[in-house]
Amino acid sequence: MKILVCISKTPETTAKIAFKDGNTAYDESGVQFIMNPYDEWYALVRAVELKEANGGTVTVINVGPATNDVVIRKALAIGADDAIRVDAEPTSAMFVAQQIAAQASGFDLVMTGKETIDYNGSEVGAMVAELLEVPYVSYATAIDMSGNTATVTREIEGGNEVSEVTTPLVISAAKGMAEQRIPNMRGIMMAKRKPLNVVAAAGGDNLVKVAAFALPADKAGVKMIDPDNMDELVRLLQEEAKVL
Amino acid sequence: MVLVYAESHEGKFKKAALEAVAYGNETAKVLGTECAAVVIGDANEAGTLGQYGASAVHHISSDNLAHFDSQTYAAALSGAATALGAKVVILAHNSAGKSLAGRIAVKLSAGCVTAANAVPTNDGAFKVKKNVFAGKAVADYQIDSDVKVLTLSGNSIKPEVVGADITVSPLSVDVPASKIKVISTNKQQGDTAPLPEAELVVSAGRGMKDPGNWGIIEDLANAIGATTACSRPVADIGWRPHHEHVGQTGVAIKPNLYIAAGISGAIQHLAGVNSSKCIVVINKDPEAPFFKAADYGVCADLFDVVPKLTEAIKKAKAKTIY
Ligand SMILES: Cc1cc2nc3c(=O)[nH]c(=O)nc-3n(C[C@H](O)[C@H](O)[C@H](O)COP(=O)(O)OP(=O)(O)OC[C@H]3O[C@@H](n4cnc5c(N)ncnc54)[C@H](O)[C@@H]3O)c2cc1C
Repeated sequence: MKILVCISKTPETTAKIAFKDGNTAYDESGVQFIMNPYDEWYALVRAVELKEANGGTVTVINVGPATNDVVIRKALAIGADDAIRVDAEPTSAMFVAQQIAAQASGFDLVMTGKETIDYNGSEVGAMVAELLEVPYVSYATAIDMSGNTATVTREIEGGNEVSEVTTPLVISAAKGMAEQRIPNMRGIMMAKRKPLNVVAAAGGDNLVKVAAFALPADKAGVKMIDPDNMDELVRLLQEEAKVL
Repeated sequence: MVLVYAESHEGKFKKAALEAVAYGNETAKVLGTECAAVVIGDANEAGTLGQYGASAVHHISSDNLAHFDSQTYAAALSGAATALGAKVVILAHNSAGKSLAGRIAVKLSAGCVTAANAVPTNDGAFKVKKNVFAGKAVADYQIDSDVKVLTLSGNSIKPEVVGADITVSPLSVDVPASKIKVISTNKQQGDTAPLPEAELVVSAGRGMKDPGNWGIIEDLANAIGATTACSRPVADIGWRPHHEHVGQTGVAIKPNLYIAAGISGAIQHLAGVNSSKCIVVINKDPEAPFFKAADYGVCADLFDVVPKLTEAIKKAKAKTIY
């Protein structure tokens, strides 16, 4: 089985959020980037586990500039066999999905994280599935393969659903699917020699753009309540905050 | 025209669907047009969507839509959008909406913005806001395509009755057969709202010391009808189920009230909860970073304070019927 895992890079979770160019672009200066946790912890690790159990290959794909190669090498160190980097700025979800779909032929299973932790779009997986005209199971918390049949558990409001679907298919991975893996020394050494193929972008569409970023208003400040007077807290929640 | 997918569960329209219709109605006003709703499956109560601002309700019925599959549902909804000439398609930002939006956007060559949290503006360009960087910033997105697809973040608009029931008209669209076979659907017991929709949330973290101590958190949640949540380490070590994990790498929520006990308020935790309308923090460490993000703080031992708060709520409830 051939698995393609889509990985994106996001600012490290404690990174400072600031903007430039008249608040139209994220200021990346001094920001450290990581692999999007949902892509890394769940999609990639589960893909590697499926390969270990059933054979096959795991390829990772990223749409982005050469500075993303560090993140791609980490994915190779965790256990992917090879990588594709589409050499273009990931300007919108649609554009990214079009690039991934253009590289996805011949893969049985395409995996993404359930969303990125920066723009939280949750769009790319569904778009890739539609472009490839294959089934899509989102927010999967478990996947097992038997031949070309996948048994997938997905989160739904207030519960979960288990379904069967044959490849090719696209899934997005959520918490529960796998446990984070820290790459070991051997993995890191081997990653240096694994193929990272840089390809040019196929055409694509950008139908949305950020017109302006803004920072949310600061909180007014905390009101401390006497621990022995919970009646006062309840009163404030009812009368001042009006939330009870 | 603005087209809203009003998702139903066993024929009932929940909050997310009503919010989507109310939002569709507001969006239609901005564009100087009407808002229509489309329903799939049991449509017995679909006429009530008129109360929340739908000026037409269309019902798609097909055996191929017996269970949710983003492929068949996207075909049905984009078919409806094309047949009705919709310029904006609106979905709830929930598990169905999120898996449909990207597909519908591809089918309609539409620009897509997910988790919108304010009514769009349209002076010269169509723009809509959403939270980005896990609530640490707001982005105003401009959509340039003729057709637009939006998903609406929960608790962003209050559905109000603005009209009356209307008649439901059948709509016929081509729907392919589903390639997904559903084996089982498992719903957790309990009648509290699922986390992303909950208006009241009680959450606890590592300060609880032991999973056996959660009774006081559940008592507090029950007293106000809240949904329970937790910090990431607590879900990681298996003290609480994964679906309760809120934060940057868990569920992002914005309830009216978020009560956090024994949670330090790490930046990744705050990222998923800082859009809550009101935050109450109970922590014994006066230096806990969470106090900086709180509206009300109680600096004390949670094992002492949480039961007292539950009692105070019960007392207030007995006095006032709210
Ligand atoms: C990439 C990444 C992503 C992450 N994503 C998330 C996420 O999505 N969600 C998330 O929650 N975390 C996330 N984290 C983890 C985060 O950094 C913190 O480690 C975590 O939130 C801490 O959980 P906690 O507050 O329960 O525990 P702690 O930080 O250990 O805090 C426990 C608190 O309880 C208080 N306490 C202890 N005993 C009592 C008592 N008797 N009474 C009152 N107070 C008491 C303590 O004073 C302390 O403040 C992420 C981390 C990384 C690196």
